[in-house]
Amino acid sequence: MDVQTFLRLLAVFVPLSLLSVGGGQAVVADIHRQVVAGLGWMTDGQFVDLFAVSRMAPGPGSLLASLVGWRVSGWSGAVIASLAFFGPSSLVFFALAHFWTVHPRSRLMQAVEEGLAPVSAGLMLATIFVLLASADGGILAWAVALVSTLALVTNRAGPFALLGLGAAVFLVLG
Amino acid sequence: MPSPPEPLSADSTSPPAATRRTGLTTIFLAFSKIGLTAFGGGMSGWMMRDFVRERRWIDEADFLNGLALSQSFPGTNVVNLAIWIGNRLRGGAGATAAVAGLLGPSLFAAVAILAVFDLLTHLKATHQVLAGVGAAAIGLSLEMALKAARRSATSAFSIAVIAAVFAAVCLFRLPLPLVVAVAAPISIVVAYRRKREG
Repeated sequence: MDVQTFLRLLAVFVPLSLLSVGGGQAVVADIHRQVVAGLGWMTDGQFVDLFAVSRMAPGPGSLLASLVGWRVSGWSGAVIASLAFFGPSSLVFFALAHFWTVHPRSRLMQAVEEGLAPVSAGLMLATIFVLLASADGGILAWAVALVSTLALVTNRAGPFALLGLGAAVFLVLG
Repeated sequence: MPSPPEPLSADSTSPPAATRRTGLTTIFLAFSKIGLTAFGGGMSGWMMRDFVRERRWIDEADFLNGLALSQSFPGTNVVNLAIWIGNRLRGGAGATAAVAGLLGPSLFAAVAILAVFDLLTHLKATHQVLAGVGAAAIGLSLEMALKAARRSATSAFSIAVIAAVFAAVCLFRLPLPLVVAVAAPISIVVAYRRKREG
């Protein structure tokens, strides 16, 4: 892998690691903005493919970052992207875990927790919107997504069954 | 995998249930199992069942506390939770073993699945399957986002923060660092003031 790609992967994922308040899903919209429109590493469709694999594969959905790295530059890209995306936030959280043992439930910590929650929720909702807007299948994608949400909220089906159902619907109607 | 008998832990932060120091290999393998078997976003539920109820590595209150913090701080929730539990068991080494176990094997699995789809990329069905899974997966994320929104919408102000962040990213297409750098401090200060008054 060339040095420039290496540095670009770091430049994309290190800041996003520290900004992923509330989880990896919060920054998917911005990963999309950078790697599709910004750097031109892949098309909208290819990005949504990676997102699909990241959710279908075992492990956390944030492995999307590693898959982007793999797509761009093979195994070295996957390793660099993983370290860049999981490393910085992990160091911060490790420090926090220590601090928390010393000062449990301090007012400052509670305020940080409560203050970050709505920011995180807004980012997660934005991610959904951006992904649906770039998904192949237009109205069908919106319909499958909303029905899946409804099925989960009402406890009608498990996550894995819904992923299979989505694939089946697209195979028949897509 | 059974860990070899070791002397009693002198670490006062270990939970009472863990009377022996848990081996790093044991931690790595336990988190690998979670990483490879928990699909579709319900991982923290699997972790609770395994680490709180079965292995008794951490008590439930401490687990839920760690979960709440994991969800509100930067980083992937389950990775942060792995750090929380690994740190309780064996400090920094335990946290490292937990994260490596959670991410390493599942990264191989994810790349293997992607490689298989790449081999089948000339088939139309491949794209339909991925597009369908992608759409359903967006639905799973939406359920999570709605839960997060409902939990955090505790006041008119926090609802306004959710709406403003959403609009800034989606409608005005502002870069994420800018949005977080402006919204997070304001929201934290308001939450802090509310705590002081309340």
